[in-house]
Amino acid sequence: MTTMVQEAPVDLVRQHQVVTALRAFLPESSILFDHEDVKPYECDGLTAYRQVPMVVALPETEEQVCRILRTCHKMRVPVVARGAGTGLSGGALPLGNGVLLSLAKFMRIIEVDERARTARVQPGVRNLAISDAVAPLGLYYAPDPGSQIACSIGGNVAENSGGIHCLKYGITVHNILKLRIATIEGDILGIGADALDASGYDLLALMTGSEGMLGVVTEVTVRLLPKPEYAQVVMAAFDKIEKAGQAVADVIAAGIVPAGFEVMDQAATRAVEQLVKSGYRTDVAAVVLCEADGTREEVADDVRRVQHVMEKSGAVQTEVSRDEAQRLRFWAGRMAAFSAAGAISPDYYCMDGTIPRKRLGEVLRKITGLETKYGLRCANVFHAGDGNLHPLILYDANQPGELERTEAFGAEILELCLEVGGTITGEHGVGVEKINSMCVQFKSAELETFHRVKRAFDEHGLLNPGKAVPTLHRCAEYGRMHVHRGQEKFPDLPRF
Amino acid sequence: MQDIIDKLSRLIRDAAAQKRPLCIRGGGTKDFYGGPVHGYKLNTGDYRGIVDYEPTELVITARAGTPLAEIEAALRQKGQMLAFEPPQFGEGSTLGGCVATGLSGPRRPYSGAVRDFVLGVRILDGKGDDLRFGGQVMKNVAGYDVSRLITGSLGTLGVLLEVSLKVLPLPVSETTLRLKCTEAEAIERMNRWAAQPLPITATAYRDGDLGVRLSGARVAVEAAAKKIGGAPVAPAQAEHFWTGIREQTDPSFAGDAPLWRLSVKSTTPPLALPGQQLIEWGGALRWLKSGADAKTVRDAATRAGGHATLFRGGDKTIGVFHPLPPALMKLHRNLKQAFDPAGILNPGRLYADL
Repeated sequence: MTTMVQEAPVDLVRQHQVVTALRAFLPESSILFDHEDVKPYECDGLTAYRQVPMVVALPETEEQVCRILRTCHKMRVPVVARGAGTGLSGGALPLGNGVLLSLAKFMRIIEVDERARTARVQPGVRNLAISDAVAPLGLYYAPDPGSQIACSIGGNVAENSGGIHCLKYGITVHNILKLRIATIEGDILGIGADALDASGYDLLALMTGSEGMLGVVTEVTVRLLPKPEYAQVVMAAFDKIEKAGQAVADVIAAGIVPAGFEVMDQAATRAVEQLVKSGYRTDVAAVVLCEADGTREEVADDVRRVQHVMEKSGAVQTEVSRDEAQRLRFWAGRMAAFSAAGAISPDYYCMDGTIPRKRLGEVLRKITGLETKYGLRCANVFHAGDGNLHPLILYDANQPGELERTEAFGAEILELCLEVGGTITGEHGVGVEKINSMCVQFKSAELETFHRVKRAFDEHGLLNPGKAVPTLHRCAEYGRMHVHRGQEKFPDLPRF
Repeated sequence: MQDIIDKLSRLIRDAAAQKRPLCIRGGGTKDFYGGPVHGYKLNTGDYRGIVDYEPTELVITARAGTPLAEIEAALRQKGQMLAFEPPQFGEGSTLGGCVATGLSGPRRPYSGAVRDFVLGVRILDGKGDDLRFGGQVMKNVAGYDVSRLITGSLGTLGVLLEVSLKVLPLPVSETTLRLKCTEAEAIERMNRWAAQPLPITATAYRDGDLGVRLSGARVAVEAAAKKIGGAPVAPAQAEHFWTGIREQTDPSFAGDAPLWRLSVKSTTPPLALPGQQLIEWGGALRWLKSGADAKTVRDAATRAGGHATLFRGGDKTIGVFHPLPPALMKLHRNLKQAFDPAGILNPGRLYADL
């Protein structure tokens, strides 16, 4: 990961040209290029990758966004769009020869249509700010990524962000209706509709999760849902991780669609309980949280069934949240899992694979094996509802070699996810972080299709180049460096 | 089964070399839908069967030629369903046709559309290359979302081979209520209810009658029924009513006049258009049987924040689908070029120059 920390000297001539061109229509306060001014933009939430951008542009109007893009297109300057910069895969990592286009000033909720249950918002609006604004109407915006207090809706669209409630309420793509997109040529496209579908290809779906490679989001119309009347959580403890996995399958098989469904292994609950007193059992292999929401009658019915199923699946203890305070306390620990990893270890590296739920026990057992192999600890939290696994590899960047081992450990976890029929990223995106793993998940013809899709929007490859989709050349290099599991030459030869 | 893929791939490669159009066809139940079909028939109906179905994963993967009826029967056996309630429009309707047309039924505004449930696809592109996008898991953001882009593209971007779909449990209980009201009242009610946590799974209004379906836990359905009011409909009659809406066998779809599908903002007031209307999707879908000219219908849909499709009958030369602004049309052409450079897959089915 540190391999990406770069301090390439800025091409001052080029920088001057770009700044001069932008000054024609942007106020001085909207253009940053002094080293100390652009330094804060050197990374997003994936701090191991850093690169100071050549220029930062902070437009305030859609027209300015279009003119910046038009200018960059004409001058063939690459552009990286950035929202709140909370992304975990380096999707907003700047380019040393490029413009970082910050949408931070687009913070207005333009319109809330209470009757139609929609909100039209600017891309820099924080995810949680939408729900806060419409709470008095009894409505909310459903996708709730862990960073929802800080992350922006534009970034959510770029990454197709999820959250802990997505099995029941979907991810970003299921909860937006319409986008305004600025193309690299500086044109505005209206995508989607105020209706539930639009004519032509589903460009709304294609744009969602495209990691800033196809266009820049300048406005989002989101769907709002009625806030469930009531919610309760069942907490269950299991003495074997396999039993927890089975319990998850049994709840689904019973015809229940939980609003939230989480599993934490013992390393995770132990870390969490040191930080937050959520009341998790730390003497068991796994703790499961299962939330039911809806009308009071529905919740009572679901909770009774969930508890019954969990007990039949071998839970050593189950507990139902008595009131709202306890429900929030049960969740507080899970919400604090990443910070807890940070508290018990100098550094941690968060992985983001998805697996078929039924393979959970097997995958966690193999991760335990990898802990031994790499000499590193790993705590696991799992969005059980949708199979999204977040192993948190604990390491110390100051110990020589640990970071490299961590990276290798992470890459092996992602391949494990693929092996069992999953994917290398459930919700954090590919960015720069998982770009090599894309070579394992997709074959050349598929990657070429992605490149052609990109060219359909961005002929010269100026929008966020180098992210999300690897070049075939890069994959060939990676293939040479990298020996795929189980395909080593001389597999029986001991290696040290 | 690989031999079928090899054969389809070879046919596509040959057609591409000779720039000969192909007309992709599964069960042929939706031939009426979209622009005029022409070209050599590429039959996908033989590539059929359920590949993988794990009820506890809430995922089914099946080959494109699999009859929808077979899939729905397999799901029902395990107490699950395709929650977007795809219309079949006749015997032999296939999964491939369902995903290619992207059509969803009465439950759509409350559960999601076909595209919301598509998790992954395997396709042959316009060069005959066998490609996979997405996967069999609920959350997957690796690569562009080609699976959803393909959904509803009417075969113009690729030939579907396999599709993985998210499935949901069948509701434990269901009740349909009938309320007498005006069209304006119906639209107002549908929108008001949607803003409340009620277990509504379908709404339809025609001829002074508003039908509302509630699904879920028995206690929840009973409590919601009290709030909504109206008269309960006998289960067999209710089933018949919703099937009629889904499959367009309801009397309001009968007659020779062209059938328009207007997808609009749900709060759109009654549309003053000549002909007979049926409203579903909480107000967001208006079916219109009318001889009105295309411009009148399309202008009304545009003003209502949506679009209008000439769904059945009428003069297709006016364009079946709502025209796109030039910048979007250019993107469509670029994307078509990216998947089907020879332009041989279902040309003209979606737009004349795709």
